[in-house]
Amino acid sequence: MTQAQFQETANIEARGTEPADRHWRDYFTFNTDHKVIGIQYLVTTFGFYLIGGVLATLVRTELATPDSDFVTPELYNSLFTVHATVMIFLWIVPAGAGFANFLIPLMIGAKDMAFPRLNALAFWMIPVAGVLLLSSFLVGAPQAGWTSYPPLSLVTAQMGEEIWILSVLFLGTSSILGAVNFAVTIFTMRVPSMSLNEMPLFCWAMIATSALTLVATPVLAAALILLSFDLLAGTAFFNPTGNGDPVVYQHLFWFYSHPAVYIMIMPFFGVISEILPIHSRKPIFGYLAIAYSSLAISFLGLIVWAHHMFTSGTPGWLRMFFMITTMIIAVPTGIKIFSWLATIWGGKLRLVSAMLFGMGFISTFLLGGITGIMVASVPFDIHVHDTYFIVAHLHYVLFGGSVFGIYAAFYHWFPKMTGRMLNEFWGRVHFGLTYIGFTVTFLPMHALGMQGMPRRVAMYDPKFTTINVICTIGAYMLAVSTIPFIVNVIWSWRYGPKAGDNPWEALTLEWMTTSPPPIENFEGIPVLATGPYDYGMEKIQNTGERLKLMLRENAIASSGQKRGIPIAEAQASTFFSGTATLVEPESEINVDSPADERQDSN
Amino acid sequence: MNIPSSILTMLVGIGVTLISLWYGQNHGLMPIAASAQASQIDGLFNTMMTLGVGLFILVHGVLLVAVIKYRRREGDNTDGPAWHDNFPLEILWTALPAVIILGIGVYSFEIYNSMGGLDPMGNHDHGTMQSHAKMRGSAIAGTLSDTPQNAPQIQPEKQIALGVGAAPENEGKPADLVVNIMGLQYAWIFTYPESGVSSGELHIPVNSDVQLNLGAQDVLHAFWIPEFRLKQDVIPGRTSELRFTPNKVGEYRVVCAELCGAYHGAMKAVAFVHTQEDFDSWIKEQQIASTQNLEEAVAVNPDKLSDGEFLAPYVRDIKINPESLEQLHPTHH
Ligand code: HEM
Ligand SMILES: [Cu+2]
Ligand SMILES: [Cu+2]
Repeated sequence: MTQAQFQETANIEARGTEPADRHWRDYFTFNTDHKVIGIQYLVTTFGFYLIGGVLATLVRTELATPDSDFVTPELYNSLFTVHATVMIFLWIVPAGAGFANFLIPLMIGAKDMAFPRLNALAFWMIPVAGVLLLSSFLVGAPQAGWTSYPPLSLVTAQMGEEIWILSVLFLGTSSILGAVNFAVTIFTMRVPSMSLNEMPLFCWAMIATSALTLVATPVLAAALILLSFDLLAGTAFFNPTGNGDPVVYQHLFWFYSHPAVYIMIMPFFGVISEILPIHSRKPIFGYLAIAYSSLAISFLGLIVWAHHMFTSGTPGWLRMFFMITTMIIAVPTGIKIFSWLATIWGGKLRLVSAMLFGMGFISTFLLGGITGIMVASVPFDIHVHDTYFIVAHLHYVLFGGSVFGIYAAFYHWFPKMTGRMLNEFWGRVHFGLTYIGFTVTFLPMHALGMQGMPRRVAMYDPKFTTINVICTIGAYMLAVSTIPFIVNVIWSWRYGPKAGDNPWEALTLEWMTTSPPPIENFEGIPVLATGPYDYGMEKIQNTGERLKLMLRENAIASSGQKRGIPIAEAQASTFFSGTATLVEPESEINVDSPADERQDSN
Repeated sequence: MNIPSSILTMLVGIGVTLISLWYGQNHGLMPIAASAQASQIDGLFNTMMTLGVGLFILVHGVLLVAVIKYRRREGDNTDGPAWHDNFPLEILWTALPAVIILGIGVYSFEIYNSMGGLDPMGNHDHGTMQSHAKMRGSAIAGTLSDTPQNAPQIQPEKQIALGVGAAPENEGKPADLVVNIMGLQYAWIFTYPESGVSSGELHIPVNSDVQLNLGAQDVLHAFWIPEFRLKQDVIPGRTSELRFTPNKVGEYRVVCAELCGAYHGAMKAVAFVHTQEDFDSWIKEQQIASTQNLEEAVAVNPDKLSDGEFLAPYVRDIKINPESLEQLHPTHH
C-alpha cells in the first residue's frame, strides 16, 4: 500500500459521496460556494488573458516594421497600456486568487471560505472592472502606460485615464477583499489537527501573498485617488505646473507595484511546490525553508520599490540602499529554486503536462531572476532601464513565471475541478509551442534593449528590424499555442475520461474527496494520516497511532464547533479494526519517522 | 542526499566554468563603449554575465539530467527516495548566493562611485524648481525666442539635483564643458551657456569632462545615449545632471527612454563627439548662425497645430532628425 492509498483509506469517512452536480447557469449567479467562485475567477480571467493576448499581438504587429504604420501612435500607446493593465490586474493577480479560492478550503479541510458572500462580491467586481476598462476604447483609451506617470497621464486621453483609475481601484478593492478572506480562512479554519507547519505550501504562499496585498494595495489606492483629483479637480499633488511633484507619485505607485510582482508570482511558487513533489514521487525538499522564504520575500519585497526609480528622482546614496535590499531578495528566491531542484533530483518523474509546465517555470523564472539581479545593480540598470531589456525581464518573470505556473496548475487540478482528465498529448503540444514561442518572443528582447531600443515606442531605429521581426513571429506562435489548450479544456470538460478522486496519487486533502468535490467538500472532518508530501516514507504503524489520536481530537473539536458531522469514537475504532491489514509485511517501518518528529514538535 | 562526487562532476564543473568565462567576455550584446564610464559598466556586466551563464547551465543541466535519467519507468508505481532535507546542503546554497550577491553589490558600489554616482554635491536634491513648469505649446516658442536665458541654469552654489555627478578625481572641480539640455515633446534642445549657442544636436569634445544639466518642459523624458551607458530622467520642475568623459570620436544617437506621448519613439537627436579642434570650429559657426535664427523664431500659436505642423518650422533651427519628422506627418490624426 502506498502512502497515497493509506491517506485515502484514512479519509474514507470524510470523503464526500456524491460529486457536486452543477449546471452551467450556476456559474452566472452570485453563488457563494468557493469552488464555483474559483472556477468563475479562472474562466473569467482566462478570457481576459485572451483579450490581453490579442492586444499583445497587435502591439507586436505594429513592431514588425520600424515605422508607425499599422495603428496610429496614439492607439499604439493605448494598446500596450491596456495590454499591460489587463495582463496584470485582470489575469495574473485574479487568476492566483481563483486557484486560492478553489483550493484553500479543500487543502485545509474546511467547508468553505471564512466569508463566502464577501468572496462572491470580490469576484463580481472583476468582470465589472474589466468591462469598464475595455470600454475606454470607445472614448479614447489611456495612453500613459500601466504606470500612468504624471504629468503625461494628466494631459493625454483624460477620459480614458479616469476610466483606467476607476477600474484599477475596483480591482484593488477586489484583491483586498480576497486577501482578507484567504488569511482568515487559513488561520482559523484548518482541520484541528493541522498545524501551520503541516499545511500544503500553497497555503503558506497565499499567507505571504495576502500579507503583501493588505499592506501595499491601499497605497496604490491612495496614489490613484490623488491622481484622480489632479485629473478632475485641478489639484496639484503630482502636477509640476502647480508645483506638484511627479516623483512622489512614482514612490506611491511602486510601493504597491513592486510588491505586486510578488503578489503575481508567489501563489505560483506555491503551485510549483505542490506539483513537483507529487509528480516526482518525492517529499518536497526543505519544507520549512520554502515556507519561510515566502515570508522573507514578502518582507523584503516591501522595502525595494525604488529600484524602479534608479534613473528617476532618486539621489545617489538612496540608489545604493535600494540596490542592496533588492539584491538580498535573491537569497530566499535562490533557496526556493535549489529546493525545487533537489525535490526533482533522484525522483521518479511523471512527465505529465503539469510537470512539464512546472519545470518550464523553473527554467524561465530562473532567467528572469538572473536578469533581475543584473538590473538591481545600479550602474547596469542605468543603461537598460526603460528599454526592451526590461520588457524581456518582466515577461520572463510574469509570463515564464506566473503564466507557466497558471498552466501547470490548470493541468494539475483540472481533474479535481471537473472530474475529468485533460488529454496529455495535446497538453504536451501546448507546452512545446508555448515554451518555444515564449523563447523566440522574449529572449531576443534582452539584446534589443542593450543595443539601444527603448520600450513603449511605436517607431524605432531600422537597425533593430530583424530582431523585432523574430519577436513578432514568436508572438504569433504564442497566440497559436493557446488553441490546443482551449480545445483540450472544452472537449475534456465534457468528454474527457473520468478522473476518479485522486488521479495523481497525491497526499494533500483536496484529493481526499470526490472529483468534483461535493457542495461542502467533505462529509466528515478529514484526517492527516500523512504529511502533505510524505512520498516514499512508509511508516504506517507510527502513522496509524497518530491517526487514532487525530480522530479523537477531531471528534472533540467538531462536537464543540459544530463544524461537521461529529466522528464517533466507534467509527474510529471500526476503522482501525477494519484495516488492521494496513501494515503490509513488506513495507519498511522506519523508526525515526518524520511523523514522530512532527508529533514531538506539536 | 549524496552529492555526486566523481571525476566526471569535476570535469563538468571545469567545462561549465570555461564556457561561462568565455561567454561572459564574448556575448557581444553591448554596443560600442564610447565613454570612460561605459567600459567600467561593461566590466561589471561581463562579470554578472559570467556568473549568470554558470548558474543558467547548472540549473538547466539539473533539469535535463532529471528528465532523462529520472523519468519514471513504465510500470514502476513506487515512490522515489524520501529525501526531504540535508542541512549542510541547504546552508551551502544559502551562503553561496549570499556571498556572490555581496560581491556583486560591492563591485556595483565601486563602479557607481567611480562613475560619479555618489558625488555629494551632484546628488544633493534641492527639490522643486519652478521656473520651467509650463506646459507644452507656449514653452517651445519661449525656449527658442529667448534661449539661452530660459534654459535650465546651474545655480552658482551647484545645487544640482539628480543623476551622475563628478567622478571622485574631479569632485569639486568645474567641468570642462557644460551643456544645458531641455527635453520637450518631442525634441531635445541643447544650449551652451558659455558660448550662447543653441542647437538640436549635442556636440562635445572627446576626452573632456562634460557636464549635462537636464531639464524638462512638459512631461517626463529620459536622456539616454546607449554608447555612453548613461541615462537620466528629466523631470519638469527639477534639474538633473549627467557628468562623464566621452572617449571615442563619433556620432551617437540620443534616445528618449521615458514614455512622453504618442511620438515618444521619434524623439531622437544626434550626439557628436569631436576632436577639440572640430568642436571649437563648430561652436564658432553656430555663434554666427544662432544670432540670425533668433529673429526668425517668432512664437506661433502652437495649441492649434498638430505636433507635425508645430515642429516643422523648427526643423532647420533645432535640427530634429528628418526621419522622425517624416514619421510625424502621415500618421498624425
Ligand atoms: C502573449 C504574449 C505576450 C506578448 C507577445 C507580449 C508583448 C508585449 C510587448 C511587445 C510589450 C512592450 C510594449 C511596448 O513597450 O511598446 C509588452 C509590455 C508589457 N507586457 Fe506583455 N506580452 C505578452 C504577455 C504578457 C503577459 C502574460 C503579461 C503578464 C503580466 C504581460 C505584461 C506586460 C507588461 C506589464 C508590459 C509593460 C508595458 C509597459 O511598458 O507599460 N505581457 N508586452
Ligand atoms: Cu521624450
Ligand atoms: Cu519619450
